[in-house]
Amino acid sequence: MFELSPQDWTAVQLSLRVAAVSTVVALPFGIAIAMVLARKEFWGKALLDGLVLLPLVLPPVVTGYLLLITFGRRAPVGAFLADHFGIVFSFRWTGAALACGVMAFPLMVRAIRLSIEAIDARLEDAAATLGANPIWCFITVTLPLALPGIIVGAILAFARALGEFGATITFVSNIPGETQTISAAIYTLMQVPNGDADALKLVVVAVIISLGALMLSEWLARRATARLHGN
Amino acid sequence: MAGAPGHRAPARQLTMLVVQLEKQLGEFAVKASFASEGGATVLFGPSGAGKTSVINMIAGLLAPDRGRIVLNDEVLFDDKARIDVPASRRRIGYVFQEGRLFPHFSVRRNLDYGRWMSGQPADSAVFHHAVELLDIGHLLDRRPGRLSGGERQRVAVGRALLMRPRLLLLDEPLASLDAARKREILPYLERLRDEAHVPLIYVSHNAAEVRRIATRVVRLEAGTVLATGGLELLDAAQADMLA
Repeated sequence: MFELSPQDWTAVQLSLRVAAVSTVVALPFGIAIAMVLARKEFWGKALLDGLVLLPLVLPPVVTGYLLLITFGRRAPVGAFLADHFGIVFSFRWTGAALACGVMAFPLMVRAIRLSIEAIDARLEDAAATLGANPIWCFITVTLPLALPGIIVGAILAFARALGEFGATITFVSNIPGETQTISAAIYTLMQVPNGDADALKLVVVAVIISLGALMLSEWLARRATARLHGN
Repeated sequence: MAGAPGHRAPARQLTMLVVQLEKQLGEFAVKASFASEGGATVLFGPSGAGKTSVINMIAGLLAPDRGRIVLNDEVLFDDKARIDVPASRRRIGYVFQEGRLFPHFSVRRNLDYGRWMSGQPADSAVFHHAVELLDIGHLLDRRPGRLSGGERQRVAVGRALLMRPRLLLLDEPLASLDAARKREILPYLERLRDEAHVPLIYVSHNAAEVRRIATRVVRLEAGTVLATGGLELLDAAQADMLA
């Protein structure tokens, strides 16, 4: 009874790929920005904070539109990346990954930032007196202690990317096999007569993946916390 | 990396620390000058006298507004010459009031951290000597979360000692411990002073503790040095308090 059509499968696989790539690529930036926001004071910090959170409060269509006029094939940044690095976003799955990454970024940064702020900064002072320069201090003290938050941030971002719809469809449209993720496929099916039953299958898949991701994140975070403090 | 290897002081090289600094902290001004020639120099004074600020500046965790800090002819800080050696390159050990052990490392890795960060080769003789001095051999595989307060402070002393510091700062290392634990640790600190050949700067507001540790006393109050001298300063301080 529960059989997915090849096209549905494509959408599921594409969604997983888009979500995974966007999360992995966004993670180093997320950690860096979270670190800066948690530990540094500088002019314009409130602005940076606001910019990072912006995709969370903007209508996704607006984010998609902004991506289009920035990273589109003829847009300034998009044309530059295409001409010099051969990276094309428009109407490609990479564009879907970019849109998902941008939309998921605030959640990722938030989770990581909170976990860094929860670390006693005096431990970093202690590391410095023991000869650790700022980079080693980050690698040996801050990063491992922030690990539970980094895991949670990454998985939240992954789940958010799986569910992304508005920005993606605005930026890279809804092309089966290229940019049609689970959400877009469900939307398409619901536009066809009698498509509801097929849509329901994808809905079930979406629920299973999201729930699985959440449970995995809880479990990993708990394990990481136990490993950090236990013995 | 920090410090030239091979320049390990043969037993008892005279260490000279010259401190002369000014720092405005909100309403509170610290203005302290003193020198130390090895042994255990105690910064003695009531809470809020600026003792911790002074050693934080020596460690490089807090930048003075003005002044000079010189250790063995190496200028660590000089505002006029714009010198401010970062904490990680000062090779000054620091035992904090609350230990500040790394919770995600075992005791062994905590002890080894300073050597690891400065890229010195492992030296098991040195390691075991410190472990024995502080009697922490049975704790090596535990995490700091599973240590008692006294054990934690002993490990913190060991961690600072094993980085082979040129100077060891101790900020009220006994303050968070009850009387029994204090009695447990004080002998180790005395051994440290007499056997480890590292000059100590020891912060305390407890006269009894100071009497056991100090070879020299710097009396600090309201951010300024009232007097520098021997243990007789403690009597003067007590007389002041009674007066």
